[in-house]
Amino acid sequence: MKRIYLDHIAGTPLHPEVIETMLPFFHEKFGNPQSLHSDGQQASEAIQEAREKVAQLINAESSEIFFTSSGSEANNFALKGLALAHQKQGKHIILSLVEHQSILNAAKFLEKLGFTFSHIPVDKFGMIDPEDVRKALTQETILVSIMLANGEVGTIEPLAEVAEICRSRDILLHSDAVDAVGNMPVDVKALGVDALSFAGNQFYGPKGSAALFIKKGKRILPFIDGGIQEGGRRAGTEDVPAIVGMGKAAEIAMQNMASRAERMKDLRDSLIKRLPESIEHTILTGHPIQRLPYHASFCVEFVEGESMLLNLDMQGIASASGSSCTSRALKASHVLLAMGIDHALAQSSLVFSLIDSTTPEDIDYLLQVFPPIIERLRKMSPLYTQYLEEKEK
Amino acid sequence: MIYSDKVMDHFQNPRNVGTMEDSDGMGQVGNPVCGDMMAFYIKVKDNRIADVKFQTFGCGAAIAVSSMVSEMAIGKTIEEALRITNESVAEELGGLPKNKMHCSNLGADALHKAIENYQERQKAAESPASSPEKPEETEDNDSCACPYCEGPIEGLEKTCQSCHVELEECPECHKPMNKKEDDCPHCGATKPRV
Repeated sequence: MKRIYLDHIAGTPLHPEVIETMLPFFHEKFGNPQSLHSDGQQASEAIQEAREKVAQLINAESSEIFFTSSGSEANNFALKGLALAHQKQGKHIILSLVEHQSILNAAKFLEKLGFTFSHIPVDKFGMIDPEDVRKALTQETILVSIMLANGEVGTIEPLAEVAEICRSRDILLHSDAVDAVGNMPVDVKALGVDALSFAGNQFYGPKGSAALFIKKGKRILPFIDGGIQEGGRRAGTEDVPAIVGMGKAAEIAMQNMASRAERMKDLRDSLIKRLPESIEHTILTGHPIQRLPYHASFCVEFVEGESMLLNLDMQGIASASGSSCTSRALKASHVLLAMGIDHALAQSSLVFSLIDSTTPEDIDYLLQVFPPIIERLRKMSPLYTQYLEEKEK
Repeated sequence: MIYSDKVMDHFQNPRNVGTMEDSDGMGQVGNPVCGDMMAFYIKVKDNRIADVKFQTFGCGAAIAVSSMVSEMAIGKTIEEALRITNESVAEELGGLPKNKMHCSNLGADALHKAIENYQERQKAAESPASSPEKPEETEDNDSCACPYCEGPIEGLEKTCQSCHVELEECPECHKPMNKKEDDCPHCGATKPRV
């Protein structure tokens, strides 16, 4: 059966040219970049080249790029490293309620060290109000961390406005841009951020490739102590193939981003328009316009997320859900709950995130197989029976 | 695949799905806040369960468990059916992932609730002073059940009113768990020792 992969947020397939670029660095050019011999220097040069490409993707300097092993690591590095380096100025940090677990749980760690946090709420579209950030600022505030785009509901946050507020008070701003970079234009200078996390596996690079941008002159504590790799801030032998792969993926993203995004937006909008037409009681989650170009997320009432996901999988379609049952921790998505969606509806979430090979035919196929699945699941849903009974009264 | 072939078979082809207008007993457990909800209907003839229908809102495991419970119950006497345990259902299904074990707890519970409801109706028929026509709502829609005695609890009470186990919120799945135990019965998470 043909597989239709609509789970971009879990990671993208590697672009064939990315694989080609990576391969020699597993065997022919296997040297350790820190070695002085030619084999090492060859790898070192490849990393420098990749660093420049990755920097260009977000309009940064190559010296401002620090490679990490994942977006989660970059987020941990940013939050902990910036907080600990600036704790003499204060111990208050501002986050949004819809941040990724790697930010929220890093914050829990910092709480134990005496840091305090304010969580900015979101509206029904999952969007923060920058004014709430201004109101939450105290004399003690040292850092604000607001994501650029949300992977669960696709909403793009008004980050530039937050940056203005932070700049006027001389407070650091970090942004988790893992779901955005490589898929929409991200310019760290225009945005005005001091730190930004992003990952190669969100734009057709390999898993295990990610980076943290830190603006020149901003102090941050090293995340891994050891040798001099990554400017001494993140020690450990470099994952050369992954870094080289991320560099190539960044180069391709710069060339293709506009056309990729245009094509995906068309497919996304077609899905957002047609799915609620073919399945009643389906609502779009997240912002209708300010959203990631590849992202279409819904709540399909009366049906639980995992049961939809498994049924779609059997039809060859890969998707994601924010229901409790789908999460290994058995928690309903904190993002949907923060948006004011009730528990029952949050259990009914389903996320389709498109990749560059998604075709209009794939969307047609999804719209063909999905309604019968929902019909079947609703027939066995006590919630739907209750709804029908109440409707009759 | 996270599930066994047998679970997937029952999930894809659930047996005995539906409602029953003239049921002899009806029981409902869980609620969407907890993630799963099951409704069981039984028909009883000569003290044997003649037919079962169920409806389930929930994950693959929840649907498979409901289907398996319905299959196991049909043909059994009331006493035998009451002996169907959460463990025996999980075993019949060839096991369930650890973090899905709580789904199997709901299946047998829903069946037993339906049987209780049947027995109450029998009693009511014998002494017509009180005649509960409708199945009793035993589950509060905004609360979860105590994971130890299955008694209803209001959100996260400090102590279960039914079995007096001291409860606290599991740090992982935020469901109620025994304060004195290390492993959460819902998600299997081990509590960090402070």
